[in-house]
Amino acid sequence: MATLQSPVRVAFDYTRSTGPVVGRFFAGLRDGVVVAGRTSDGAIVVPPPEFDPVTLEPTTDFVEVADVGTVTSWTWVPEPVEGQPLDRPFAFALVTLDGATAPLLHALDVASPDEVSTGMRVRIRWAAERTGAITDIACFEPAPESEPAEVTLAPAGAVDPVTGIVVPVELDYVYAASESESAFFRGLAEGKLIGQRCPSCGKVYIPPRNACPSDGSPTQEEIELSETGTVTTFCIVNVPFLGQKIAPPYVSAYILLDGADIALLHLILDIPAEEVRMGMRVKAVWKPREEWGTSVENISHFAPTDEPDADFDTYQHHL
Amino acid sequence: MRDVAVVGFAQRQMEKFEGSPTCTELLVPLFGECYEQTGWTRRDVGFWCSGSSDYLAGRSFSFVQAVDAIGVIPPVNESHVEMDLAWAMYEAWLKIQTGEVDTALVYAFGKSSAGTLRRTLSLQLEPYTMTPIWPDTVSLAGLQARAGIDAGAWDEQAMAQVVARSMKDAEGNEHAIRKGASSVDELLAKPVYADPLRKHDCAPVTDGAAAIVLAADDKARDVRDRPAWLTGISTYIDPMSLGTRDLTRSPSTARCAERLDLAGVDTAELHAPFSHQELVLRRELGLADDVRVNPSGGPLSGNPMFAAGGIRVGEAASRIWAGESDKAVGHATSGPALQQNIVCTLEGRN
Repeated sequence: MATLQSPVRVAFDYTRSTGPVVGRFFAGLRDGVVVAGRTSDGAIVVPPPEFDPVTLEPTTDFVEVADVGTVTSWTWVPEPVEGQPLDRPFAFALVTLDGATAPLLHALDVASPDEVSTGMRVRIRWAAERTGAITDIACFEPAPESEPAEVTLAPAGAVDPVTGIVVPVELDYVYAASESESAFFRGLAEGKLIGQRCPSCGKVYIPPRNACPSDGSPTQEEIELSETGTVTTFCIVNVPFLGQKIAPPYVSAYILLDGADIALLHLILDIPAEEVRMGMRVKAVWKPREEWGTSVENISHFAPTDEPDADFDTYQHHL
Repeated sequence: MRDVAVVGFAQRQMEKFEGSPTCTELLVPLFGECYEQTGWTRRDVGFWCSGSSDYLAGRSFSFVQAVDAIGVIPPVNESHVEMDLAWAMYEAWLKIQTGEVDTALVYAFGKSSAGTLRRTLSLQLEPYTMTPIWPDTVSLAGLQARAGIDAGAWDEQAMAQVVARSMKDAEGNEHAIRKGASSVDELLAKPVYADPLRKHDCAPVTDGAAAIVLAADDKARDVRDRPAWLTGISTYIDPMSLGTRDLTRSPSTARCAERLDLAGVDTAELHAPFSHQELVLRRELGLADDVRVNPSGGPLSGNPMFAAGGIRVGEAASRIWAGESDKAVGHATSGPALQQNIVCTLEGRN
C-alpha cells in the first residue's frame, strides 16, 4: 500500500550579525553605493572578503566602485524558484563592476537568453526601498554599450555600518511516513493502536520504527495494542509558548501501553496536574469519530482509570 | 600507517523513494548486504559513521533515527558528518589509523525528492550575499559551464561526449536511473535548458543510500582475496565566493592530486554531477586519455545526495575486486561548482 504523505513547510528567520566588513558593504548598498575591498595583492573585490586571502588580515581598505559593469559569465534560469530576485525567467550573471577586478553574482533581468552575452554591459537596478542587504540590488539590467569606465577608486568614507540582517528561509517538502508508520496512522483512523514486534528480540514498538533499535532487525509483524497503559515519567508544562493549545499547567507524559516495550508521548488530562504520578494507570480518550483523521490527535488525551497504580517493577526497564 | 581496504559496498538509487526521510527502510537491507559480503555481524563492526543532511527532506535528527538500522544494544561507536559518504569514509579511515578500531561500516542516505533539491542547496552557500538571492545548483553549474566555454577550456561537443559515454555505460549498471545510448549529435540536437546546460548535462534528482565497509590489514585479507587497498586519500576545499576563483579550474582537486601517487591509474570514478565538471576533474587529476572514466555511468546516471560520492569509491573498489582494475581513483565533491573535493587511490593486491 502507498505510504501516507503530507506537504509540510519549514520556515525560520535567520538573524545574522554582519561584522565590520559585510556591515560596511551593506551600509553602502543601503546608500546606493557599491563598496569593494582592496586585498593585499591589489585586487578590488565585491563583496569585500572579510579576511585577506593571502595575509589573512581583516579587510580594512574599502573603495567605491561603479554600479555599471560587464558580464563575465551567465546562465539562463528557465524555471525560477521561490526567493530568487525575479519570478519570471531571467539570467544569473557574474558581473565585474567598473573599478573592480572580481565579479559579483546577481540576477540579470532580460526576457530571453538571446538578450544576454558575455561581455555585455549592465547596471544595477536598485530596490525601491533599501535596508542594507544584498537584496538592495533588485537585479542587474542591460546598459547602453560602452567601454568600461576608468573609475577613480574613492575611499569609502566611514558610515554607520549595518550590524545585522534577517534572512527568512522557507522550505517546502512532501513529508512521507514509512510503510510501518503509515500502518500506525491508518490504524488510528480506525480507532486502533498498531505497533510492530521485533522478530529477533520480541520487543514491541509503537509507533513502529522500521527497524528494531536494539538489534537492527527489520520489524514487520503488526500488533494491535491496548488503549490502556502506565505513566512511566511525565513533566508539568508551566511555560506558555507560541501555538500552545491548552492553558498551562498541564501534563505531558510517557505512556507505556500494555503490551508495548516503548512509551508513547501524550497528554494526561481530567486530573489536576499535581496528582499525576509515575505508575498511574491511564486510558486513551478519543475525540468524536467524525473528527478522526490519520493522526495521533484522534486521541484527545489520556485520563486516569480506576485501577491501582502499577508496580515500579513493571515499567522500570522502560524509563 | 595501517593498510586499510574497502571490502564491502552496497547501494540503492531511485527516482523517488516513497518511504521515510530517515531512509531506515533502505539502510536495513543495505547493511544486510554488507554483512553477507563480509561474513560479519554488526558486532564485528568497530566504528560506524553516516553522512546525511536534515535539510534535504525536512526531518530533524534523521541521522539519529537512522541508527535504528544498526541496532545499538550493546552500544556502538558511532559518528555522523553532514557531508557525502566519501567524507564519512575518510573519518572512518582516520579512526582505523588511530588503532582504536580495525573495521568500520560507513553509510549515507538522502531523500532529495522530498523538496526542491536545487533550491534547498542554496542553503549551503555564503549566507549574507548569496543565500538571500537563492542561487540554485543548476544555475551555479551553468555559470561554470559558460565560463569554460568562453575561455575555450571545453565546448558543448566535449560536454555531450561525456554524456554519451556515461549513458552508454549506465546501461550496464542496474542501479542507474538514467541510461540509454545516444550519439553526440542526437544529444546536441536536444533543447538547451539552463543555457548553456541541457537537461542531460545535469545529474538527475535521485533518492538513495549506500554503505561502504573498511577493514585493516588481515581483517581485510580475511574478507577478500583481492581487497581494494586505500593507498592514498586527500581532501581540500576552495573558497566559497564564486567571484574569487577561476571556475574553469579546481585548485582543491589539483592539490589532492599532488598528495597522491596517480601513476598507473587505469580507472577513475569521478563525482561530476554536471557534464563539464568531469572535464575539469580529468584535467586537474592529469588523467591520461586511456584511463577508463566512470564505467558505472557516473553521477549523470544517478546522483543520490550524500551517497553519490561514496558510490564512486564503491564502484571503483568493485572493479578492483573483480580484477577489472589494478589501480583506480575514487572522487567525491560537495558544495557549489566543485568547491570541496576528496580523492582516493585504490589498489588491488593481496
